[in-house]
Amino acid sequence: MCATCGCSEGAAGVRVIDPSAGATGRDHGHSHDDGHSHGHSHEPGHGHGRSHGDGHGDGQPVAPDPDRGHTIALEQRVLARNDELAERNRRWLTERAILAVNLMSSPGAGKTTLLERTIVDLAGELPVSVVEGDQETLLDADRITATGCRVVQINTGSGCHLDAEMVDRGLRALAPPERSVVFIENVGNLVCPALFDLGEAARIVITSTTEGADKPLKYPQMFAAADLVLLNKVDLLPYLSFDVPACLAAIQRVNPRAAVLELSATRGDGLASWYDWLRDRVGP
Amino acid sequence: MHELAITESIVAAVREKLGGTPVRLVRVEVGRLSGVVPDALRFCFEVATAGTPLEGAELDIIGQPGRGRCRDCGAEFDTDDWLALCDCGSADVEVLGGRELRIREVEVV
Repeated sequence: MCATCGCSEGAAGVRVIDPSAGATGRDHGHSHDDGHSHGHSHEPGHGHGRSHGDGHGDGQPVAPDPDRGHTIALEQRVLARNDELAERNRRWLTERAILAVNLMSSPGAGKTTLLERTIVDLAGELPVSVVEGDQETLLDADRITATGCRVVQINTGSGCHLDAEMVDRGLRALAPPERSVVFIENVGNLVCPALFDLGEAARIVITSTTEGADKPLKYPQMFAAADLVLLNKVDLLPYLSFDVPACLAAIQRVNPRAAVLELSATRGDGLASWYDWLRDRVGP
Repeated sequence: MHELAITESIVAAVREKLGGTPVRLVRVEVGRLSGVVPDALRFCFEVATAGTPLEGAELDIIGQPGRGRCRDCGAEFDTDDWLALCDCGSADVEVLGGRELRIREVEVV
């Protein structure tokens, strides 16, 4: 725990920053001394036709082998820890009737602009707060703060996505009110965030008309995981050769169950439908 | 480069089970539709294991084929493509398998 701003540091220099903690909490550095050198050799390849599946999943050594040492069956999902934390986040949010939405897109698709507009338009109707994810800077948090909305910034350092532990820390710092909406703006990236459950109730992928209409086909895993796809920047269509039907077909191809809304976060097209989608999710 | 986070999860899970016991091989199952690139995983494994009881351990990656089911005709088939086409011509294919990311076992000295 950092004494200056109360942020805590997990792996790889992730920082959780509450901009409202004041200027002194904003620009201090944290150094990590992990610059050690290492070298190691690998044994030549080996066969792995040994039989497994003997039911030992309890970490007890099985099959002693003088040449190879002991084999210990683990049989667990690699992301089990993340998924456990995500479930914990989900329970915490559900108990408080908080709708958490994971917003994902490539950099520049308009996530922050859509949030700014949404916060302003829904002011007084839906209590909203935001967890911002970026590798560096408080720039997005500053934009959200300017709307009067509560925000916590997560800087992932070298990290290319948010994970459940970061969001856990972000939610603790954010302390959102019950019966509210929390937007989690993921790191701009159409690849890595798809793999990490954060505990959200819904996943939204934003794509935009200044990107290729074939994005859903190029990044199928991301679009396959979406509950809702927003096609942003439709106000620019007259100036672009973007093929809307081709984009919609690509989304349908990858994820036939995803809802799709076309909108412009700057000019306002389609926003009424987006707000209705949110209202439906929040419930009465 | 989520493979670094993936390998860090592998190292953490192994250490949680085995503590400081030196490990010389980690065998993982990586589905071909998991979004994880085996070569990137190997590269990151070297970085993530440095200074840990897994340093120098071999990473044995067992690929698992993807599996799809056609929503139109119901046929099931192996595929390594997220955008698989069914033989019936339908592109409406549900991914059933191939997303596995599992630590199967480790070998200790």
